[in-house]
Amino acid sequence: MNSISLNADLAAVSRLVIEGAMLVYTFAFLTFAYHLSQLASVKKSVRSGATKLERVGIILLAIAAAIHGVGVVMRGIAASRVPWANMYEFSITGSFVVVTIFLFALTIKDIRLIATFVAGFNLLILGTADTIFYVDVKSLMPALQSYWLVIHVMVAVLATAFFNIAAALSIAYIFKTAKWVKASKLKLVDLMRRILALFPAEDKLERLSYRFNIIGFILWTFTLIAGAIWAERAWHRYWGWDTKEVWTFIIWTIYAGYLHANATRGWNGKRSAWLAVVGFVAILFNFTVVNLFFKGLHVYSGLK
Amino acid sequence: MPTSQQSKEVSAKDEVISPEIGIKGWFRWIWRQLTSMRTALILLLLLAAAAVPGSVFPQRSADPNGVTAYFDANPVLAPILDKIQLFDVYTSAWFSAIYILLFASLIGCVLPRTAAHARALRLPPVATPKNLKRMPAYKAVALNTKKAQDALLANAQQVLKKQGYRVAREGEGAEGSVSAERGYLRETGNLVFHLSLIGVLIAVGIGGGLSYSGQRVLVEGESFVNNLAGYDSFSPGTFFKESQLVPFSVRLNKFEVDFYRDKTLKNTSNAGTPTDFRAYVTTTLGSTGKSTKGLVRVNEPLAMPNANIYLTGNGYAPSITIRDAKGQIVYSGTNAFLPQDKNYTSLGVIKVTDVPKQYGIISFFYPTVGTLPSGALTSLYPDAALPLLSMNVYEGDLGINGGQPKNVFALDIKNMKQIAGGKSGVKGLRLQLGETVKLPKNLGTVTFDGLKRFASLDVDYNPGGVWVLVFALLALAGVTTSLLVPRRRVWVRKTESGFEVAALARGDDPILEKVVSELAAELAPKKAAKVSKPKSIEKEADE
Repeated sequence: MNSISLNADLAAVSRLVIEGAMLVYTFAFLTFAYHLSQLASVKKSVRSGATKLERVGIILLAIAAAIHGVGVVMRGIAASRVPWANMYEFSITGSFVVVTIFLFALTIKDIRLIATFVAGFNLLILGTADTIFYVDVKSLMPALQSYWLVIHVMVAVLATAFFNIAAALSIAYIFKTAKWVKASKLKLVDLMRRILALFPAEDKLERLSYRFNIIGFILWTFTLIAGAIWAERAWHRYWGWDTKEVWTFIIWTIYAGYLHANATRGWNGKRSAWLAVVGFVAILFNFTVVNLFFKGLHVYSGLK
Repeated sequence: MPTSQQSKEVSAKDEVISPEIGIKGWFRWIWRQLTSMRTALILLLLLAAAAVPGSVFPQRSADPNGVTAYFDANPVLAPILDKIQLFDVYTSAWFSAIYILLFASLIGCVLPRTAAHARALRLPPVATPKNLKRMPAYKAVALNTKKAQDALLANAQQVLKKQGYRVAREGEGAEGSVSAERGYLRETGNLVFHLSLIGVLIAVGIGGGLSYSGQRVLVEGESFVNNLAGYDSFSPGTFFKESQLVPFSVRLNKFEVDFYRDKTLKNTSNAGTPTDFRAYVTTTLGSTGKSTKGLVRVNEPLAMPNANIYLTGNGYAPSITIRDAKGQIVYSGTNAFLPQDKNYTSLGVIKVTDVPKQYGIISFFYPTVGTLPSGALTSLYPDAALPLLSMNVYEGDLGINGGQPKNVFALDIKNMKQIAGGKSGVKGLRLQLGETVKLPKNLGTVTFDGLKRFASLDVDYNPGGVWVLVFALLALAGVTTSLLVPRRRVWVRKTESGFEVAALARGDDPILEKVVSELAAELAPKKAAKVSKPKSIEKEADE
C-alpha cells in the first residue's frame, strides 16, 4: 500500500553532513572577512599578500558547497523525493543553489567581493535551518504529490538565489554611495570606506545588480504562473489570495516597480537599489514570517 | 475694499484664461501625469503596499470562518475594520482604485508606444552621427590596402545583416557609412507584456463573472445532482445563470485513505501521515443517462462537462440509530462528523425531533481511541483501529421549529439542559462499534451500527482560466524578450586611413564593447589591418 519508503538513518547522516558543511562555510567566511580587512590595509605589503588569501577562501567555499550538495542529495534520497517539501529542506536546497550560482558567476571578476556576504548568508540560513526549521524526514501530503512541486518550487528557489545575489550588490551600492560613509571621520567607517573602495565602481554595481534582478524577475513570473496552474489542480482555483499568493504578488509588484525605477529619471541609482533590497526583504519575510505565523494553505513548514 | 476689488480683478482674469487650459488643458495635464513612468512606478508600489493587509486580516473570500472568529474575538475593532473593507481587501474600493488607475496608466502609456513602434519598424535606421568617438563603444581600425577600403561598406552591410541588423547605407566616398540597428524585438516584447496584462485582467473579470463553485459533502453510497438544490453551499459569479449547470449526478461509491506506516518503527513522527486520498465515484450524464466510473484525487480533479470535480476534504460518518423506550426508531442516520485534528477526532451533532420532548446530542468520534493523563479521550491514530463514540445529551428547544435554517454541524445549547455528560451528574455515553447503550431519563437506547467515510467535493467552473493562462504565458514570453534581447545601434564609417566602428545601447547591454571589437576584427582582413585603439579590450578585462 505504501510505496514510499523513508530512511531516517540516512536523514540523520545528511544532517551531520550539512553541519559539516556549516563548519567549512565558517572557515570560508572568516577567510573572506580577513581577506577584506587585509585588502583595506594601509600597508602595501599586507595588501599584496591578500590575493592568495582570496584564493584560499574560494577553495574553502567550493569545498563547503560540495559537502553541502552531498547533504542535500542524501536528504532527497532519504525522503525518496525532491528535497524541498518543507522549510528545512527548502533552506538547505535554496542556499545550495545560491552558492552554486555564485561560484559559477565568479567568472565575472567583479562579484568576488560579495563572497563574504554569500558565505555569511549561507551560514546564517543553514544555522537557522538546522536549529529552528529541522524536521524528521516525512512523506508528502497528497496536495504536494505533483510534478509541480519539482517545477514550481525549483524555479522559486532559483529566482530567490538570483534576487539574493542582486540584493548583496545593491547593499554594497547603497553603502558606497551613502553620504555618511563618505563624510564620516570615524575610524571604523574609514576602514569600511577602504573596503568599499575595493568594490566595483558604483555604476558597475548598479548594472550587475540589475542583471541578476531581471533573471530573478523572469523566474519569479514563471513561479507565479506555475503556482497558479498547480493551485487550479490542487485547490480548485488558480488564484484565491491565499497569504502565500498575496506575498508572491507583492514581491512581483515590488520588482516590477524596481524595473520601472531603472527607467525613470530620479529613481535609478539609490532609490532603485533600495527597492531591490526591499524586494529581497519581502522574500525573506514571505519565507519566514508568512510560513510560520500567517494562516493559509501553504502550511508546509512541517513545524508545530 | 481694495482687497476685494483686487480679488475680483484676478478672478475676472482667471475667467478669461480658464476656459482655454480649463477642461482640455487640465485633462491633458492629468493624462500626461497619469501615463508617466513615475506614476506607474508609484502606483505599483502602492499596489504592493495595499495588498499587505489582506495577508494580515482574514479575508471573506479565502477564510470566511476566520472573519467570523475575528469578529467574535474583537467585537469593537472588527466593525471598524469592516467599514474600511479590511476583510475584503482585494475587492475593496481603495484596492480597486489603485489597480484601475494603474491599468489606465498602462493603457495610456502602451497605446502611443505601440503606434510609435509600428512606425519605427517601417523606417530605416537613423543617420550616422557626425562624431562616432562620443559613442559608449568605439574603435578605429587602420587599413593599408585600397582593395580592403573599397570592399569595406559592402562587407559591413553583409555582416551586420547576417547578425540580424536592419542596415542602411549612406554615401559611398571617403565619408561613406553603414548605419544598423537591431533588437526591435525588445520593444515588441515590452508591448506584448503590457498588452497581455490587460488580457489577463479582462479574462480574470469575465471568467470570474461566468464562474461558479459548489460544495457538497457525500457519505459513501450517497449521490447528488448538479443543480442549485444539490449543493450544501454555492457561490456563483456575477453573470452566472442556472442554465449553465449541465445536468449530471455523482455518486460516491467508496472512499479510501492511505496512511503512512513505518515497518521499522524508527520514524514515529511520520506515522499516520496521509499519503493518498481516493474517492471512487460513478457519474451519470443527464442527457444520455450513461454512467461512468471515475476517480477523484487531490491534484487530480475529475473533468465533467462545464465542471471539474475536486476532492477538498474527508472524514468519518458513523451510522447511528436511536430507539425510544418502546423500541420504536426515532432517529437513524449516517452523518458526516467534522475532523478536528490530524488524528481525525471528529465532531458531530444529532438532533432528535420526532419525540414528545426534543433532545440533541453532541458527539465526538475517535477512530483510534486513547486516554490522556487528564482522563479525557483522544484519538491516537487517524485510521479506524479502535473506534469509539462519546456523547453528551441536551434536552430542550432545538430551535428548528422557527423555520429558520440551522447549521447541521452545531447545536445551540443556550436554551437546553444537559442531561448526560459534563456537570449533569450523569456520565457521558460511550459506544464502541456495534454497541448499544441506554439514554438517560428513560429516553431509550442509542446504537453505533456502522462506520463509513465521507468526501467533501467541490464542483468548479471557470471558463476564464484558459485565457488567463494564455495571456500570462504571452506576458512571460514578452517580459523575457524585453529584458534579455539587447537593442543597439551600430555604425561603420570609412576614414582616411581605415574605418571606425561605434555602438550605442538602448537599455541594458552587457556585450556592447564585445560587439564593436568583434565587428572590427571581422571587417579587417588579416594582415591588412592594424587595430590602433585597443581601448575596448582594456575595458572588457576589468568587467
